[in-house]
Amino acid sequence: MPEFITELLNNHAWLMVAIKVLGVFAVVMPMVAYSVVAERRISAFIQDRVGPNRVGIPFTKIKLLGLGQPLADGLKSFLKEDFTPGHVKRVFYWMAPAVSMIPSFVVFAVIPFGSVLGAQKMVIADLNVGILFTFGIVSLGVYGVVLAGYASNSKYPFLGGIRSSAQMISYEIAMGMAVVPVFMLAADPTWREGLPAESEWNAYLDGTGLLNLSSVVAYQSDGLFSWLIFKQPIAFCIFLIAIFAETNRLPFDLPESETELVAGYNTEYSSMRFALFFMGEYAAMIAGSALMVVLFCGGWTLPIDGFNTPAQSLGMGVLHILVFIGKIAVFLGLMIWVRWMLPRFRYDQLMNIGWKRFLPLSLANIILTAIVLWATA
Amino acid sequence: MKVERAKLSWLERLYIPSILNGFKVTMRHFFSWKRSGVYADKQSDYSAKTTMQYPEEKWPVPTGYRGAPYLVKDVDDNTKCVSCQLCEFVCPPKAIRITPPGQGGEVDREGAEKMPKEFEINMLRCIYCGFCQEVCPEEAIFLLKDYAITGENREELIYDKEKLLSLGGADERAYDHHVQDGVDEGIKKWEKKTQDAQNQPTFH
Repeated sequence: MPEFITELLNNHAWLMVAIKVLGVFAVVMPMVAYSVVAERRISAFIQDRVGPNRVGIPFTKIKLLGLGQPLADGLKSFLKEDFTPGHVKRVFYWMAPAVSMIPSFVVFAVIPFGSVLGAQKMVIADLNVGILFTFGIVSLGVYGVVLAGYASNSKYPFLGGIRSSAQMISYEIAMGMAVVPVFMLAADPTWREGLPAESEWNAYLDGTGLLNLSSVVAYQSDGLFSWLIFKQPIAFCIFLIAIFAETNRLPFDLPESETELVAGYNTEYSSMRFALFFMGEYAAMIAGSALMVVLFCGGWTLPIDGFNTPAQSLGMGVLHILVFIGKIAVFLGLMIWVRWMLPRFRYDQLMNIGWKRFLPLSLANIILTAIVLWATA
Repeated sequence: MKVERAKLSWLERLYIPSILNGFKVTMRHFFSWKRSGVYADKQSDYSAKTTMQYPEEKWPVPTGYRGAPYLVKDVDDNTKCVSCQLCEFVCPPKAIRITPPGQGGEVDREGAEKMPKEFEINMLRCIYCGFCQEVCPEEAIFLLKDYAITGENREELIYDKEKLLSLGGADERAYDHHVQDGVDEGIKKWEKKTQDAQNQPTFH
């Protein structure tokens, strides 16, 4: 790297952050676009259809299995009329799509999406309160939906907004409780002190707190069965289902249940504003998958030599990022698959499951973990 | 009305068996590359799934379908239309316009009285009623199986004589074959016409 660039980066720490932000954005946006394509294709296959398979490279006859579809979709969204109905509350109506999209992207700030590239840790903000920050931001996601429902000023979006607020609040509690046992294990200082002094992990984790997400990844790097999905299967199940509810995916898509509420909270939206809601939903899916990967599936590590310690070379660093993206893709596939498999829950069932099943179950899980930890200590 | 809900067992209330069943069903459909069977009897060469991939795969058009009207030629590649203008007269939406050859107009074969100088069908006006086919004494115009009429402007959709003839081709319904004892004796239309003419009562 030329001298002056190194110097520039050393003198201005924010430059590196800006580069990382752009990098993450440049990866997440195509992922959003292509998870929409994946959704359409997978749903088509499950329903014995073919799905969008026409759009390829523009102005050529190359079809590429329909991989050019996001381009056409985006163009369509931009060219459609952006209609604002007369009865809406304008300011909130304009705010809502942005408010629903921004939190989904902000979550990526604390997620360690790779080990290191050169000397840079592959996480935008290496916060010591990583998981708390994540929960704070995820809970902001509900505002976009509620705001859209309120601002639309008509009955179906309003019902969607109300449902969404109740649903998100209920499942956030279960989600938060599910994560507690994870940190009871991962935020135990003894394993950090037990790391050999010369190991790469020690240098990598230097100065990070125990609630840091990189630390959770490090905890799971011991082997396949140190992944928390095996140590905390109940917590994982609750977390997974709560993520479905938080991202408004079927079987919990009551805020926009199209058979009852037309399109729920985004009924009155069209054009790019609707597309923002749509992108927000998929970005939230990706963020949720990333969270699950980090908390339960070993983050960017694999139980193979070279993949279970921070990268020594640039190539390994890139591979670690690819591993992370691959794991996310698995979860995205699962979320898409489930959408075309399960019918929607009734509203009372949704509330029952959230409050009467998952909340006690997650509390019991905390106590169980505590007892096991106390007995084995 | 009180809806009786089925009593679920403990296992069923966990939803897990149904979820696994759901995975089984969706997996089976996801990997079903074989023909779905919906159209199997209608077209044999579908490659996959229920979807008919339209411009490449097309519906089998049933016999008797009334598509776009085109002019047909006989086996010797001759225009059969004799410019009688009956179709133009009978056409309900007035989609057909024929320019007759006038006196001493050219014909391209013996036995034909005359042929149109220009024959235009406005496909935007055509209602596919089939009156032209019904009224044509020469069996020169037929509603063929073409149902996707596309163009970029209105002018393009007024088909002229050359286009109608080339699109119509030599439809087999245009042949007036006489098969006797398994032997195809070729076109007999003019023979039949002559016969008809001779059978007409004469008035002296």
